[in-house]
Amino acid sequence: MTDSVPLLEARDIAKSYGAVQALRSADLVVEPGEVHALLGANGAGKSTLVKVLTGVISPDRGTFAINGNPVRIGSPAQAARNGLAPVFQDPALVPDLTIAQNMRLTGASPAAVERELRALDLAVDFSEQARDVPLPMLRMIDLARALARDPQLLLLDEITAALPSDLAERVFTVMRASRERGRSVLFITHRLKEVIASCDRATILRDGGAVATIVPEEGGEETIVEYMLGPEAAQAVVAAVDKDAGDVRATPAATGVTPALEVIDLSMGRVRGVSFSLRPGEILGVAALEGQGQDDLFAVLSGQQSPASGEVRAGGKMLKARHPYDAIRAGVVLVPADRLQALLPQRSVRENIAAPRYNSVRRWGPINVRDEGRRVREAEEALQIDTRAARQVRRLSGGNQQKVTIARWLANGFATMLCFDPTRGIDVGTKRQIYALLRRLADDGAAILFFSSELAEFPLVCDRVLALFGGEVTAELAGAAADEASLLRAMHGLAAEAEAVA
Amino acid sequence: MTSTTAVAVERRGGLARFVRRHGWTVGIYVLLFALTLFWRSQTTVKWGPFDVQSLVIDALPLCFAACAQSIVIISGGIDLSVGSMMSLANVVSAKYMLHMSFDEAILFSLAVVAGAAFVGAITGLTIVVTRVADIIVTLAMLFVLGGLALAVLQVPGGGAPVRFQGLVSVDTVLTQWFPAALLILFGSFAVLWLTVRRTRPGLALYAAGSNRSAAYLAGVNVKRSRVLAYAYSGAFAALGGLAFTAASGLGDPNAGGIYTLNSVAAAVLGGVSLLGGVGGLIGPIAAAFVLTLVKTLMILRGVDQNYAQVIQGALIVLVVMVGGLAIRQKGKGS
Amino acid sequence: MSAAPQTRERPSLRRLAGDSPAAVLTLVFIGIFIGTDIVNRAQGGGAFLTLKQISTTFLFAAVLGLMAAGQTLVMLTGGVDLSVATTATAGAFAVSRFGTEGSAKAILIALVIGLAIGLVNGIGVALFRVNALIMTLGISTITLGLLTVQAQKQFTSLVPNFVVTLGSGRVLTYIPYDLFVWVPIAALIILGLRYSGIGRMIYAVGDNPVASRLAGVRTWQVLLFVYAICGLLSAAAGILLVGFNNAADLGIAAPFLLPSVAAVVIGGTSIFGGLGGYAGTILGALILTVLDSLLTILNASQAVRQIIYGLIVLALAAIYARATAAE
Repeated sequence: MTDSVPLLEARDIAKSYGAVQALRSADLVVEPGEVHALLGANGAGKSTLVKVLTGVISPDRGTFAINGNPVRIGSPAQAARNGLAPVFQDPALVPDLTIAQNMRLTGASPAAVERELRALDLAVDFSEQARDVPLPMLRMIDLARALARDPQLLLLDEITAALPSDLAERVFTVMRASRERGRSVLFITHRLKEVIASCDRATILRDGGAVATIVPEEGGEETIVEYMLGPEAAQAVVAAVDKDAGDVRATPAATGVTPALEVIDLSMGRVRGVSFSLRPGEILGVAALEGQGQDDLFAVLSGQQSPASGEVRAGGKMLKARHPYDAIRAGVVLVPADRLQALLPQRSVRENIAAPRYNSVRRWGPINVRDEGRRVREAEEALQIDTRAARQVRRLSGGNQQKVTIARWLANGFATMLCFDPTRGIDVGTKRQIYALLRRLADDGAAILFFSSELAEFPLVCDRVLALFGGEVTAELAGAAADEASLLRAMHGLAAEAEAVA
Repeated sequence: MTSTTAVAVERRGGLARFVRRHGWTVGIYVLLFALTLFWRSQTTVKWGPFDVQSLVIDALPLCFAACAQSIVIISGGIDLSVGSMMSLANVVSAKYMLHMSFDEAILFSLAVVAGAAFVGAITGLTIVVTRVADIIVTLAMLFVLGGLALAVLQVPGGGAPVRFQGLVSVDTVLTQWFPAALLILFGSFAVLWLTVRRTRPGLALYAAGSNRSAAYLAGVNVKRSRVLAYAYSGAFAALGGLAFTAASGLGDPNAGGIYTLNSVAAAVLGGVSLLGGVGGLIGPIAAAFVLTLVKTLMILRGVDQNYAQVIQGALIVLVVMVGGLAIRQKGKGS
Repeated sequence: MSAAPQTRERPSLRRLAGDSPAAVLTLVFIGIFIGTDIVNRAQGGGAFLTLKQISTTFLFAAVLGLMAAGQTLVMLTGGVDLSVATTATAGAFAVSRFGTEGSAKAILIALVIGLAIGLVNGIGVALFRVNALIMTLGISTITLGLLTVQAQKQFTSLVPNFVVTLGSGRVLTYIPYDLFVWVPIAALIILGLRYSGIGRMIYAVGDNPVASRLAGVRTWQVLLFVYAICGLLSAAAGILLVGFNNAADLGIAAPFLLPSVAAVVIGGTSIFGGLGGYAGTILGALILTVLDSLLTILNASQAVRQIIYGLIVLALAAIYARATAAE
């Protein structure tokens, strides 16, 4: 193995988005004829590396070599010429064109694609418009298109997420078949079982760099998880938060109080019949794999979408939100993961924090500058926001931006805060501040619903954790008991042992 | 495990799908046909080939303008300079063709179309390179090209060879019911558009308008497609200006003024979505005829010509409004 | 889609243009004014840099300034209003049509018509989500058609003396009366954008509609308000214009359409919304007015004017696009 020339060799790849460094220095080596997994927690730089490899974005630094020859990958078209064929989670099929037109657009031969589809046991009407074809099928068509090119390296980005298991099985068959023909596959996934079952080697990313390349079968899930989380870092965070939060977490508020938020048999989109109640002073976690309904749940609670059925009560009163305004009036506010959804990037920190104050026509008149200034200052101080680049929020770092979105609700008052992955893409120091702040808010009587894609955060932050799988609550764990093993089991719907713990 | 299909695409009848995809275009043609019948019944003097010819002459510039606008909208942009480009082509041709022979006039026309395509490409390049909004760039071009038209010819004047004018006004093909003007319309439509419609550059143009990021991921050169769209727009707008020259035998620096809005109207009425990626040129051409016929009918019935303008404006707003509501409903459904 | 982010430092002048356009624009304004002065002297027309000419510049600029005021508000929300000129024409026409019934009534009718046109635009854009360009262009066509029909009817047209004085008179030799309309409105808009709830909401909606919605802003309310005010301001511009011309025709305000957009763009307001303000627009209107005088002195034809206008808008929009490009 050491003698052979690697199929793909990427060295020292770095990429920053403004102040956020997505990739520090990542290396990736894929040998000919292997199925290689690319793993990493959210924010580890996985998706950025994939985008760089496929030419969607250009890196700030780094070199590529294919079969030992240095190459440049400046655009998706160039990546294709170099023998890389990507299949993305969002299929690269243009919705207004028919499948046949989409094939011709990329220079793929419809006959060859149809042959690949037949090999996958699928029948597709090529005269159908892409927008009328279900998403899983589009992914399979995208896969067939990539296979029809007989690429040296097939790149599968989260393709099995939300794919029915029988289709996912066909993907694995394809991967094995490619390997047998001497082709290679780079497989990106969250599902560790798939990695152990199908991959020859795995490269694990953490904090923008590759921490290890291992043989998954040998180490098993435990090794992978250890590399992904970085045990020392996790320990450091635990210690820090325990110091900040003390032992308050262990004493949830007394029962018998009116719940701040009550959800009864709620259904919408992927959410199916979810019920729970959230007391003031409590932080309730929601743990779930990608696409298990958490997006829809938060969208309904924050008033962005109406539920298909079921009801929501805020502070004991029925909440029928048709607009986020209604939810905010009822004291239910949202801190989204994507700061671009929450911020006015070209406006100042002050305007961003004060924005919700004027969302009603009755508040359109003159501003009480002094009152506004005081509230904004208090919120800034509570969150230790660095106001040096305060004229335009887009110039702040990611962590400071997230603090602004939280400060907004501190300055305007709320009863229940919905935090959707609030620490995504934020450095460890700021994360600690946010954990401590959430705990402080809860101690002051706020109710907090907390979703995170980082499992290590749940035992640190939450009093209780609900696991969501397939749109249903499959388990409820005590915060202290929500270690990663239990959470992972619960998130996969393997509820039996987890419930026993609770 | 043989020939099973896990996720079967919902099968629809061929007819149902045809209606869903092309229903709007068919509807426009039915509307045009119905309006023509109504028109015929309203004419007191015997309705004949001459009426068809005069309708085609009236509608021809708008047909080309609609094509020019539609291509840009399909590619995901908008072109507010269509009218000025028509004026420019109109005055340039009328000023220099006056004393030309017929053959020279035809060659000159081709040069005008090529030049306009070049100017259109420059507009597109400006948008792509400077990243200034397409509205602002084409609005500025509206004034620049309009100014150039004024510089070429300050007051209406000039002219064109008689035979050149005859191309749209007198000549017919085979039967007197088929004006040569229609042949020119179909001919340029086929040469300019059909040749590209089914090829990769043509598909790329639709892809760029439908979903820019999906198109980019699929390896489409989105910038090149957008520039191409504006080049096409220039060429079709020039044809519209030339058609105006032939029909009126005159160059008028303000000739194109009304065509910018009307071209958007014809495009939308012809089934082109303002969101891009949807539609063709066949619908907008029929829509151009419908809009022209509505005006003709109203004048025929003694309605003030200005009300025709009001009704046209109202029609545009209404059509776009209905389209917007449809999109909202669709959004709620998903 | 976007290329690699550029991290290099911007040249300081461009940065200045991005951060405080007003300072740069003031310099440009003074520069053009002095340039015009030199050209005028060279042509033997005497000095241009006189109190009288400065006063005239402000007198002329008021109409454009008001029309561009509405345009500024609309563009701050990320829209555009191509009906401002027609709305001004409607206002001008209404004043001369109802001038015989007293200036107060004529002015009131003109303003109500402007407000109504603005509301219709707002309903289309805000509630039915019609593309702003199409909506305002369509409404402009409809309005012009209706005006033409009205203009063909028999009536005594009269521009009341009060309106004539307002639009063309001066007090204390140098102070145009129309400044008494323009200055308070300008002050109200500049202060309102900074220190009122609706001002904040206008910026918010233009900067990020999704984030505004999540902050509980019902964007349709803001849009409806902005288009209505734009109609009102355009009608006010029409009133001053008809006073200045002392007669209304249906082409009276048409030449102001592109300048109304140009003044806003020159003034540094982003066409995509969320950034800019009225102070810049005022300077933009003044610059365009002096430029117009310069072109008149140079005996430039209408053709040359149009071309220069178009190119200036394009060049400035490109400069701002680069100066304010995100990342």
